[in-house]
Amino acid sequence: MKRIALLGMPNTGKSTLFNRMTGASARVGNWPGITVELLTGKIILGEDIVELIDLPGIYDLHGFSEDEQVVRHFLHDNVPDLALIVLNATQIERQLSLLLQLKNINLNMVVLLNMSDEAKKFGITIDAAKMSEALGIPIFLLSAKYGAGYDVALQAVTKALRYTTPGLAEHLRDQLKSDGQIEAEMARVLQHSVQVPSRLPDNLTDHLDRLMLHPWLGLPIFFGIMYLLFQAIFFFGQPLQNGVSDLLTWLRDTAVAPLLSSLPVVIQGLLLDGIYNGLSTVAAFVPLIVLFFLFMAIVEDTGYLSRAAFLMDALMAKMGLDGRSFVMLLMGFGCNVPALMGTRVMRSRSLRLLTMLVIPFSLCSARLQVFVFITAALFSPKTAPLVLFSLYLFSFATAILTALLFKRFLPNNEPFVLELPPYRFPTLRQLVLRGWHEVYHFIHRASKFIVAGVVLVWLLTHLPPSAAPASADTFSGILGTWLHPLFKPIGITAELTIALLFGFVAKEIVIGSLAVIYGLGGQALSHSLALQLDWVQAYSFMLFTLIYTPCLSTIATLRSESKNNGFMMFSIVWSLVLAWLASFVFYQGARALGY
Amino acid sequence: MPAVALSTLVPGESATIVAIHTEGPLHQRLLAMGFRAGKLIELIRRARFSGPLQVRIGTTDILLRQNEAEKILVKKT
Repeated sequence: MKRIALLGMPNTGKSTLFNRMTGASARVGNWPGITVELLTGKIILGEDIVELIDLPGIYDLHGFSEDEQVVRHFLHDNVPDLALIVLNATQIERQLSLLLQLKNINLNMVVLLNMSDEAKKFGITIDAAKMSEALGIPIFLLSAKYGAGYDVALQAVTKALRYTTPGLAEHLRDQLKSDGQIEAEMARVLQHSVQVPSRLPDNLTDHLDRLMLHPWLGLPIFFGIMYLLFQAIFFFGQPLQNGVSDLLTWLRDTAVAPLLSSLPVVIQGLLLDGIYNGLSTVAAFVPLIVLFFLFMAIVEDTGYLSRAAFLMDALMAKMGLDGRSFVMLLMGFGCNVPALMGTRVMRSRSLRLLTMLVIPFSLCSARLQVFVFITAALFSPKTAPLVLFSLYLFSFATAILTALLFKRFLPNNEPFVLELPPYRFPTLRQLVLRGWHEVYHFIHRASKFIVAGVVLVWLLTHLPPSAAPASADTFSGILGTWLHPLFKPIGITAELTIALLFGFVAKEIVIGSLAVIYGLGGQALSHSLALQLDWVQAYSFMLFTLIYTPCLSTIATLRSESKNNGFMMFSIVWSLVLAWLASFVFYQGARALGY
Repeated sequence: MPAVALSTLVPGESATIVAIHTEGPLHQRLLAMGFRAGKLIELIRRARFSGPLQVRIGTTDILLRQNEAEKILVKKT
């Protein structure tokens, strides 16, 4: 099978093009370094099936960050039949250097000048035919996002694939010409084919940044946006979740239960109170999750993440981190796993480890489900969103505390140099793709962890058969009683202890397992929780849930990214200790104050 | 006019890059981002609390810390 590799600098739209060519939903965003892994897809070009590989962006072939090494090793080990070089047309003046480096290693290549729509707006004119002639490589203008120029480019790719790469990409560094030579050649190519206005017209980005990056207003605006986002998620998401939950309860009573009524009682119990209640309580969160990721996608796609890095870098520097660490914390609000992988753009190992140590405290969307459910059950509609926001503040506070405590063990002097891309608008197509991707991801996790989790919880709460369900004589009761001395000082009941135990696997299971333990789903579970817990206990439970280890996937990623078992163990132990201490101080403090 | 560090410019000021006194990986990265002697550079803004600088070279906007900006010499135009 022939192989095409997508190559180019960070944030030039390689993944956007990859998605367009393969119909995949690789994560895209207006942030240099959003792709840190190899992604592959198969497409039909002409009469052949071709493998397309999306590579992380590289600044140059001798880069030293981990994502750049991934690309270098890939080129060394798998010479592609065709390299599809994606350059940002608005930055052609400097991105040409990478093209010339790549040309020197004798790859068979087609060049796509992406974001040609944006270049036009900047008043940059590029004569692709002239440039093509000067370099002896096929070059086309393209907008991967909107599709202009795509068909022509695809034809050229199909044609170019008939010839394969003549040279081998071994000894990449040896074959690189000196910078001086590259500079001279750049000037020669640019001279006739590209015209850039000497001063850029004042555009939308400049206007917006005057406000968003304002010396005094920038940070308050940032926190204002965050606050409004979380309010909106609660305001729109919670009724949606209730609606779906009621629908699933209705479905159970009118269709599923009658359908299963001929089965033995025990099997009915497992299927209905175990799997159906557990899964439907979790599934009710799908609309909320989609909504959350749509908001996240808008923040990521517009380019605001780099602005957040600018605003927060000075503060992060005091904690031994930098602006990029802060952006990864924000990405962690979606899911900790890609945020951990996103640290690959950092070169210093100390900075990477310190950032990876704080990311698990980021309040991810799975924990958000637990908090939305519990705050809605125990707090008034007015205070619930504020309680939720306070948990986000705690999330930052634990990350800051952790960084301050451990920065002296992981000192670094990594330079902070980051591109600031212009604001861009996400297309509807991208938003739909992202929403679908998250639903898929959720269902994937649900089928893997959540079903197994709720079945196990059901068995624990119903075995041995002699014991009354969920009583102290069941396995879960015994386990709960055994662990209770540890959790009593922080106000967590035996039932909640079992839920926390399963939450270690994935936070999605927490509410699902509570549904199984109480034998209730949806609204009925909320009412039951409200009767059994007071707000101090509930908040203590949420604090613990927020701070202790997020999930097994995060642990596995911590291990694979750090390649160090000790670091992974340390992260687990520290988060457990901190979770217990924070809940203890809160619970005992609140009780001492008379709450 | 003598060469000064990029970090001494005030927002809105333009200058020409004279020399880049960095080494190794940082030097490579700066070159790839468009820092080259003879290029025009403009300081757009500075973040509060001695945070990073936003500079513009051609059509690229770049954030960099005070520390790095001290190593880049420019001549005001």
